[in-house]
Amino acid sequence: MDLSLSPELADFQEEVRTWLDEHVVGEFARHRGVGFSWDAEAWDLRLAWDRELAAGGWLCMGWPHEYGGRDATVDQQLIFQLEYARADPPFRATTQGQDLFGPTLLHSGTAEQKARFLPPITRVEELWGQGFSEPSNGSDLAGLRTRARRDGDEWVIDGQKVWTSHGGYADWMYVLCRTDPEAPRHKGISMLVVPVDQPGVDVRWIRNSLGGDDFCEVFFNEARTRADLVVGEVNGGWGVAMGALGTERGTTLLAEHLRVQHEVREIIEAAKANGRTPDAALRQDLVQAWTDARIMEWNGRRLMSAIKGGSTTDPTTQASLSKVFASRAHTRIGETAMRAQDAASELVGADYSLNRLQQVFLGTRAESIFGGTTQVQLNVLSERTLGLPREPRPS
Amino acid sequence: MDFALNAEQTTLQGVLREFLSERAGETAVRAQMAEPAGFDRQLWKRMGAEQGLQGLAVPEEYGGAGFTFVELGIVLEEMGRALTVSPFLASAVMAPQLFLALGDTEACERWLPGLASGDTVATVALAEDSGSWESGEVRLAARREGEGWVLDGHKSFVVDGAAADLVLVVARAEDGIGVFAVESSAEGLDRTPLPTMDQTRKLARLTFGGTPATRLVSTDAAAAVERMLDLTRIALAADALGGSGRVLDMSVEYAKVREQFGRPIGSFQAIKHMCANMLVELESSRSAVYYALWAAATGHEDTSVVAPMVKAHCVDAYLSAAGDNIQIHGGIGFTWEHPAHLYLKRAKSSQALLGGSDLHRRIVAERIGI
Repeated sequence: MDLSLSPELADFQEEVRTWLDEHVVGEFARHRGVGFSWDAEAWDLRLAWDRELAAGGWLCMGWPHEYGGRDATVDQQLIFQLEYARADPPFRATTQGQDLFGPTLLHSGTAEQKARFLPPITRVEELWGQGFSEPSNGSDLAGLRTRARRDGDEWVIDGQKVWTSHGGYADWMYVLCRTDPEAPRHKGISMLVVPVDQPGVDVRWIRNSLGGDDFCEVFFNEARTRADLVVGEVNGGWGVAMGALGTERGTTLLAEHLRVQHEVREIIEAAKANGRTPDAALRQDLVQAWTDARIMEWNGRRLMSAIKGGSTTDPTTQASLSKVFASRAHTRIGETAMRAQDAASELVGADYSLNRLQQVFLGTRAESIFGGTTQVQLNVLSERTLGLPREPRPS
Repeated sequence: MDFALNAEQTTLQGVLREFLSERAGETAVRAQMAEPAGFDRQLWKRMGAEQGLQGLAVPEEYGGAGFTFVELGIVLEEMGRALTVSPFLASAVMAPQLFLALGDTEACERWLPGLASGDTVATVALAEDSGSWESGEVRLAARREGEGWVLDGHKSFVVDGAAADLVLVVARAEDGIGVFAVESSAEGLDRTPLPTMDQTRKLARLTFGGTPATRLVSTDAAAAVERMLDLTRIALAADALGGSGRVLDMSVEYAKVREQFGRPIGSFQAIKHMCANMLVELESSRSAVYYALWAAATGHEDTSVVAPMVKAHCVDAYLSAAGDNIQIHGGIGFTWEHPAHLYLKRAKSSQALLGGSDLHRRIVAERIGI
């Protein structure tokens, strides 16, 4: 148990801090902390910020040089996230490619696929959307119905995907399709890479409960993609999608956990400004909010150690329980945020514009659903980590 | 940089778990529970002679092994897991940490080697009948008499107060709060064991009538007391972590074998999710405790905020897990014979000790400027 920095890491910390001081300026400084994983607020600014990060070489830091990364160690990535959170820049827009698809491709893609798709992700030139959930299959993802069949040297895709974050901005999608309808459900699925700009793909925004555009539904009607654009084996897509936990998943979780501390400080300031801090019950909940935010940080840091292999904790377990703790705690924090504002919490701006604390209250409702619901996580933790018996399935 | 125990620390954990399960299993715990001032002196000697536990975090110049608060926390976690009945918290955490925080080197040289070897059992007497652990609330009076000091008044909720050979008494002198060493043989000292709901942690009430005492030298005794309290808060969180881990293990073991409706109850989501939620809280407490131990070990500025924070959070989580464990066991979990209630009671006494969780969150609120 040692959280002190080696001289090399201290130098790296200084380098990161200096770069952020020099670049979180102007519009970026005026929009500190803007945006969440569940919205597309200030999208153009956030996209510009991502390109600023790309130019500095700070995206996909752990990837090999040849694909545009910098071969950074896990410790360096951790230091970067800690400093990044301190600077509180706008929330990154293009996490889908960098944190989800990219690591999957690094793990399971061919050399040609990596060379073609990874560098444009690190340069923020091509944006990605995920095609997993369907209207009839969310938690029970393995029952997905979108089908792909071979036609010459192409795949032809028919079906519908939903909850595709920022799908309206995506150039490409990675789509789980049923490619063998006869096989057992987990063994007939392939992950296809599909260009969005074609007549067979129709992307429509879905308005979320905050009133904003965030995710999309995507219709595939004889959409086409090249036969070689399969990630991993044909009919091996389930394993690819559920594959190894990338370092990026750890850094993404940690980054989201760390920025909650800014929210809690804002909640405390709001409570002070509204004269609410003498309220003993609210004081208790403000401290609980701060406690939760700190535990999120420590859980996230432990996850990074687990990924590095410096811990007896299994990283998949740690990621899963960190997510359950954080989504539950963040929801509590959202409720405290509303109470800190008192009656004014009910008033919204023109065009249903919400202040940041109102956004936390509503938006956190998504966190216990996306990326695997809390209930699915609890099933996985109880069966895989605790070894409890599986629920008998109806035959 | 690692947010995890290193290889040596993991080994220590394994050695202790084996030592305590062999030497201080449930039968031993229950034997000591019945004695209001009792603890297993043979176990205490073995802890010192075989494992060197009492002196683990005492500096080498005072006869200790010079390890850090992280190693001490590992011991506390294992003792919490085993519900060990011993004056370890009082004599290996509270008293030595108060000596060290005061910085009276003469007193450290005189008493710490005995504490480190386990030959002397010591404790700290702070709270009085009011139950407050704030040194500002101390009423017990210290006055000069000749060359020395004498104490008049009472102390209560003194951890292992009836068993201790040496009591560090927080008292009010004419110039403010001071800490006074009183040996158990001192005249005018009367000690009464208090019957407690949690029989694994002994408390006593002490009365002082013109009792001679040695004042420990310090530039700021109140600050030293607060430092000792912060470290004790972290220690209680580590004890809670151990207990939480044990009740989860008990729940999971039972849920795998107990069958109802023709299947193990652990295959029902209602039970599965209870267990998984206990795991989420357990591991989150572990993150908090390990961070706090590291902060304490390195003297990090965070310690004073983190200490009351993790105390409140981890004992609350422990209490909740101990309750869930009873629920998962059903009727058998409500019996005297089954150990489930021992954990519920230890969790509750940990919550009450040093002041409840509401108080600890109030302390955090002040320290983070709310």
